[in-house]
Amino acid sequence: MLIQIFIIIFVLFALSRALLRFKKNEIAIKEFLFWLVFWVAVSVAVLLPQTTTLLANLVGVGRGADLVIYISIVAVFYIIFRIFVKIEKIEQDITKIVREIGLKEEKEKH
Amino acid sequence: MKVITVIPAFNEEKTIGKVLDDVKNYCDNIIVVDDGSVDRTFEIAKQYGVKVIRHIINRGLGAALGTGIKVAFLDNADYIITFDADGQHRGEDIPRLVKTAEEGSFDVVIGSRLIDSKGMPLTRRLANWTGNFVTYFLFGIWVTDSQSGLRLFNRKSAEVLNLKSNRMEVSSEIIKEIKVNNLKFKEIPIKAIYTDYSLSKPTGQGFIMGLKTLWQLILQKISK
Repeated sequence: MLIQIFIIIFVLFALSRALLRFKKNEIAIKEFLFWLVFWVAVSVAVLLPQTTTLLANLVGVGRGADLVIYISIVAVFYIIFRIFVKIEKIEQDITKIVREIGLKEEKEKH
Repeated sequence: MKVITVIPAFNEEKTIGKVLDDVKNYCDNIIVVDDGSVDRTFEIAKQYGVKVIRHIINRGLGAALGTGIKVAFLDNADYIITFDADGQHRGEDIPRLVKTAEEGSFDVVIGSRLIDSKGMPLTRRLANWTGNFVTYFLFGIWVTDSQSGLRLFNRKSAEVLNLKSNRMEVSSEIIKEIKVNNLKFKEIPIKAIYTDYSLSKPTGQGFIMGLKTLWQLILQKISK
């Protein structure tokens, strides 16, 4: 199917980027392996959809595609939560910097 | 005994002068934290010869209070008063806070506008009650005015106070910190002055602002 070809082309593109960044030493081997496993898993799911069905049945979900969506939604929510926490941390850091600048300005005048 | 008043101010050029004129009679030092105002708040406060700390960008009420309390602590304040810059508080309430703290050796004294809430517009009363309820629901401590800007901290409480909030949610966070740190605290009735000006300003949080504050408090609660 056309969609399979599109996704595989994208997977190859993404993998090539990961490999490139690994070669340039921009990401660690651990990170590269993570993406490698991730994209290979995506390829398997796309090329052999029945494998996801197998997995789905194992955990009690009817269709493989459903399982993939469930996992994706959970992952997305987790990532959003992480981003919220991160933003909060950055906000607090900005305040610290602004505060220090204010204190420094004040000290210099006296 | 040294009493330092911390006044967080964001775009309060219309009222800051009057507030300083009033407050200076009732404490030893004043620290204005100009929270990135774009009007003449900084210049006007400077003219009064008080200490003015400027945030180069607006960081919100919580951040400004944090800065002010830190500076007051470093300046060896025995009692730190927080006082709103919009003119809704009366300087004469400052000695009452101090007296209460001294006599009952309280760590924190909060001036409550709702023990005697005559003159407070109904919408404000409702908003404040909502704030109290949310504070109670999230942090399990009931106060009559969780959103009051007139407070007293002694050195001990100023030192343990760990304020992470940048914005309006700081008021509830202070209440939470009182509980977490087991601080001895008391509320005393104060009168709030509601002028057309203070009512027109969204610092008393508007509805949307209130929702944002609620959201921040929930986030704080779950990200612990």
